[in-house]
Amino acid sequence: MGALLSAEALTKRFGATVALDALDLDIAEGEFFALLGGSGSGKSTLLRIIAGFEAPDAGRLLLDGRDISATPPWARPVNMMFQSYALFPHLTVADNVAYGLRRAGVAAAERARRVGDALAMVGLEGFDRRRPQQLSGGQKQRVALARSLVMRPRLLLLDEPLGALDAGLRERTGFELRALQRETGAAFVMVTHDQEEALALADRVALLDGGRIAQVGPPRAIYERPASRFVARFLGAANVLEGRAADGRFESAEAGITFAGEIPPGTVAVALRPERIAILATPGEGPNSVRGRVEDVAFRGDDSLLLVRTEAGAVLRVAHAEEDGAPPARGADIVLGWAAADVVALPA
Amino acid sequence: MRRGRAIRWAMGLGFAFLWAPILLLVAYAFSADRIPYQWGGFSLRWFAALAANERLVEAALLSLRIAAGAASLAVLLGGVAGWALARFGPFRGRALFGALIGAPLVLPEVVTGLSLLLLFVALEAAIGWPAGRGATTVLLAHATLGAAFVAVVVQARLAEADRSLEEAAMDLGATPFIAFRTVTLPLVAPALAAGWLLAFTLSLDDVVIASFVSGPAGTTLPIALFSMLRLGLTPEVNALGAVVVLGVGAMLGLVVLLLRPRRG
Repeated sequence: MGALLSAEALTKRFGATVALDALDLDIAEGEFFALLGGSGSGKSTLLRIIAGFEAPDAGRLLLDGRDISATPPWARPVNMMFQSYALFPHLTVADNVAYGLRRAGVAAAERARRVGDALAMVGLEGFDRRRPQQLSGGQKQRVALARSLVMRPRLLLLDEPLGALDAGLRERTGFELRALQRETGAAFVMVTHDQEEALALADRVALLDGGRIAQVGPPRAIYERPASRFVARFLGAANVLEGRAADGRFESAEAGITFAGEIPPGTVAVALRPERIAILATPGEGPNSVRGRVEDVAFRGDDSLLLVRTEAGAVLRVAHAEEDGAPPARGADIVLGWAAADVVALPA
Repeated sequence: MRRGRAIRWAMGLGFAFLWAPILLLVAYAFSADRIPYQWGGFSLRWFAALAANERLVEAALLSLRIAAGAASLAVLLGGVAGWALARFGPFRGRALFGALIGAPLVLPEVVTGLSLLLLFVALEAAIGWPAGRGATTVLLAHATLGAAFVAVVVQARLAEADRSLEEAAMDLGATPFIAFRTVTLPLVAPALAAGWLLAFTLSLDDVVIASFVSGPAGTTLPIALFSMLRLGLTPEVNALGAVVVLGVGAMLGLVVLLLRPRRG
């Protein structure tokens, strides 16, 4: 046990669509957890069920081992930061932050102190008299954070917390979110559709697909060892090739490649990361190597991404590091190779 | 800037078309001459005559009372209707409800007035209320019309406000009732006030519906004015018009101020 929040066989349907399909999940005390998925994956429904805005059709939701499935949102020690921030437009920043404390009946002096502390924590001292309309997007986000954190929740829910911010602000805000999470010791559960955001911020990531968890684990584990084609494809970067496993090898007819490595029987596809593929000087023979022609080259800063079409017709994404010199030109015929250990067998 | 000048001319003509008759009326209200469309030097005598005309003053007071009552009732009914339309989700019969609520906005006033008259007569025959036609029936009829306007204004206001505001309030510990009182109500308050003023103005200058549903005891200002016209114009009418223009203008200004979109 020891889980702060446990979802047990949570199920939620909207008409004919199944938003959550008997989903099980444990979230530990003080961890930064990301619910990652595309639209319709059920991640937002799960968040709304945890907050109490939706009731599950079946299953239980336990907080500290206590069933809170039927507890209304105003009685849950859980707070949420909305994607739109949902700041009250008719209240000042200070009154927005004080709203929950007022509802809880915190005395005025204590309230003022805690509002001051919360605004200081998010770096908004001196903004207390402003109205939400007078704030920038980043400032609104901080007010929303302060308004949730001032309640000292055991669990803070964040709905696409970086979604509405400019690119430049996202990275900084991401680091600040992590710092706040460490500082407050609250568990953060973040919903996002952006795999980079999830991998960068969270201690653990759950990738949702069709109301089920496709894979859950630390970012590195999910990134390095995807459990299925869906995960490998969703995380975006890997080449996923389908084919058949036989005699410890994996034949991909579409790419004309034979993979060798730890290929258990029943493997339906393999994943190969672009940065693990090397351009060989001499044509190697045998498995884990293929000839191809460079179709396009995109410069990305510290490396270039090549699209290489194999003789059999499949396109591989290959990262060519800058320190290895200039990348081959478009149209060049090259030989690709990789280590057996870098081939990830996908059972599903 | 040829184009700029052309636009200014067009705007000037447009405003003149809209406002010249009204300004003319206001100007003649200050004329000393007995003939209402002849200038006879500046004078306030018609305002004095107006104040002394008991019938008109009484009708004006009744109109104000009816307008205030109708507007208040309209805010209550229309506010709830607008809230339901904006926040209750796709409930059964929502489209029909929306159409029915908005019907008085598009129905010819003659139809609204006649149907209300039939309703009142039938009601009186069935349950004895409202007894006869008069101030009460005019008030009810105007509330019906006003509620449509209030509902539209409130619904628009709520539609532009973020739905998650109420959820955020509940997330922070507010029960639905407290969330309504501390978040929803302050949000729609300007719309309610604007709706009240709209309904008030509407009631104040309605002739058509009022002439269907009012009786001898329900002579509102526009009706009194209308019957005066039949006996011939006096400059008192100009003076009254000037007062009404001023009052209604102030009200509409207030409405615009209240419904001004918030920045951000």
